[in-house]
Amino acid sequence: MSAVLQNLVNQPYKHGFVTDIESDVAPKGLNEDTIRLISTKKNEPQWLLEFRLKAYQQWLKMDEPKWPNVKYPKIDFQAISYYSAPKSKKKLASMDEVDPELLRTFEKLGVPMNERAKLAGVAVDVIFDSVSVVTTYKAKLAEVGIIFGSISEAVQEHPELVKQYLGSVVPVGDNYYAALNSAVFTDGSFCFIPKGVKCPMDLSTYFRINTEASGQFERTLIIAEEGASVSYLEGCTAPKFDTNQLHAAVVELVALDNADIKYSTVQNWYAGDENGIGGIYNFVTKRGLAKGVNSRISWTQVETGSAITWKYPSCILRGDNSVGEFYSVAVTNNHQQADTGTKMIHIGKNTRSTIVSKGISAGHSNNSYRGLVRIAPTAAGARNYSQCDSMLIGDQSAANTFPYIQVNNNSAKVEHEASTSKIGEEQLFYFAQRGIGAEAAVSMIINGFCKDVFQQLPMEFAVEATKLLGFKLEGSVG
Amino acid sequence: MIYQDSKTLLEVRGLRATVNGVEILKGIDLTVRSGEVHAIMGPNGSGKSTFAKVLAGHTAYEVTGGEVAFEGKSLFELKPEERARAGVFLAFQYPIEIPGVANSQFLRLAYNTMQAQRGRDELDPLEFDDFVREKMKLLEMNPDFLDRSVNEGFSGGEKKRNEILQMALLEPRLAVLDETDSGLDIDALRVVAGGVNQLANKDNAVLLVTHYQRLLNYIVPDYVHVMESGRIVKTGDKALALELENRGYDWVSVEPRAAAGAAA
Repeated sequence: MSAVLQNLVNQPYKHGFVTDIESDVAPKGLNEDTIRLISTKKNEPQWLLEFRLKAYQQWLKMDEPKWPNVKYPKIDFQAISYYSAPKSKKKLASMDEVDPELLRTFEKLGVPMNERAKLAGVAVDVIFDSVSVVTTYKAKLAEVGIIFGSISEAVQEHPELVKQYLGSVVPVGDNYYAALNSAVFTDGSFCFIPKGVKCPMDLSTYFRINTEASGQFERTLIIAEEGASVSYLEGCTAPKFDTNQLHAAVVELVALDNADIKYSTVQNWYAGDENGIGGIYNFVTKRGLAKGVNSRISWTQVETGSAITWKYPSCILRGDNSVGEFYSVAVTNNHQQADTGTKMIHIGKNTRSTIVSKGISAGHSNNSYRGLVRIAPTAAGARNYSQCDSMLIGDQSAANTFPYIQVNNNSAKVEHEASTSKIGEEQLFYFAQRGIGAEAAVSMIINGFCKDVFQQLPMEFAVEATKLLGFKLEGSVG
Repeated sequence: MIYQDSKTLLEVRGLRATVNGVEILKGIDLTVRSGEVHAIMGPNGSGKSTFAKVLAGHTAYEVTGGEVAFEGKSLFELKPEERARAGVFLAFQYPIEIPGVANSQFLRLAYNTMQAQRGRDELDPLEFDDFVREKMKLLEMNPDFLDRSVNEGFSGGEKKRNEILQMALLEPRLAVLDETDSGLDIDALRVVAGGVNQLANKDNAVLLVTHYQRLLNYIVPDYVHVMESGRIVKTGDKALALELENRGYDWVSVEPRAAAGAAA
């Protein structure tokens, strides 16, 4: 790999600072007492404590998954603090009351709050180390009956909804990390769109992990009732620490008849340094249930951060004619590892799914697409189209594709296409000969490669994603 | 055309270059003044294309000796993109494909980069669209090619037209055309050559690298140089090209042919 390419990929992490706010941190370690402490701190009802304890019991019996194409030292779950909350916990009436230090952090992160949020038409539910600090636009959304806020609040204010849907898509014992999350989750977002309501704006949450060695276990639940629709944006950054931090989130989506949920993620957590020291372990379970007829679940993700990414946003297409979509860009650089993809489970008749995955590997990184398309015997007329493209930058990186296809109905149609390409010296020379430097050239090639996915993102996010990929890959080519 | 008040654009003195440790250019001397059209001819492997790529700054070639001044400044102190911005243009023999990048986008970025360099206004996508469509008429190009990926799936002729279109957009001071005639049928050759002729003026210069005399029927050179084994062994006017056509390269050869087969 030439020097120009190398400089391009090796840009320092821009969001590596720690906000100096006193945190209320639980002692390290995990046992039933920890879980009871979390539940008590959060003033939770008995059923939720039982939900947590049941998950914990299941987790104890499970083993970490070994099948992903990633390598990391064994995680010591007793060395993690499972609860951390900024200390000033009184409710804030306006942005003026928010800790200025916190605001500066958001400033640095470029979170579109305040006027910026309004101008952008974004309602931001900010999760700062597990506790929701500020919720904007809540009142406006409430006018049309939309509930949008932290899941802790929802547990207090709408326990019946949370109880009905929590764990209905990702059961407590679904997998190792989902079980762990179910036992110890501290906060996350809750969103409920009632029957017939089209959410008037994109809903957005910015997550940020702040306290060193505090695993963040968010839990997100989004429900769209009959005929409802919502577009939800999730953006993530994390400051820089030398020890790896665990992030094990669970996201559940439920779409009833004719409902439509679009979930977009731009993930830029700390990926470790150029030698592979530090970085987030991003082990996430995301699943959407297209429960009703004609419902639609659409995942769009741009994954650029984390030392290790292990996530498979999936769709269970239970309703007849329901639609599942997965659009993904996963970028790995230096020593990052990503094993990501999707699962499309076709159960209903005439269900359709589309998978478009773009993997970009630079440096010494390893980028795997892993995807399952399963057509159940009941899924007459089901269709799937999958396209998995990989791009290699330099000659030290690796890309893999692991497609699993299980078809149990003869009337189904499943298509899979894959390609691998490489940004080469000759392409960069061609750009240079037209006056275009390597940075701009790589950015243009990458954006061209990713455009099928980027065009699925809401406008502001698409701009952010484009910029992110730009500096993410600076120095990787040449 | 040779002009009285022309300025020296390119001054090459004793240029030597290697690729993978093998010496390809073994001391080239050449002066190109504004307004002039030079043709560099020679058998395969004589170093013509290497010379073109060394001027543009291709990283696969290592300059091991000599000097190249462009408008009085050393070319070797400039990175490839800086040479391009200074006005050195290379029309590639084999333009590379760039999948996923729309030609319109690529052309606009290149154009605006040059505009910024020259302190002129950049064009937004709509303005650029009008502008580039005018230029495309010059080369009788189908407008749909703006939406296609750069060079991807282009025929040989389309690729070469795209190169000359870029020359038209970027208005280089020195245009080096590397085997631009190869792979063109006679109609395409006429169109491409017509484009080059319209772009040539008294302030710029054209360096044609070609194996065949055919192109020179359309773009008439002021000077013809014959390269062999990494050196210019003979210089003349248009008549020299015709003579080469009739008598072959062996006629000017100063060394036994066997020595000339080093590399492309």
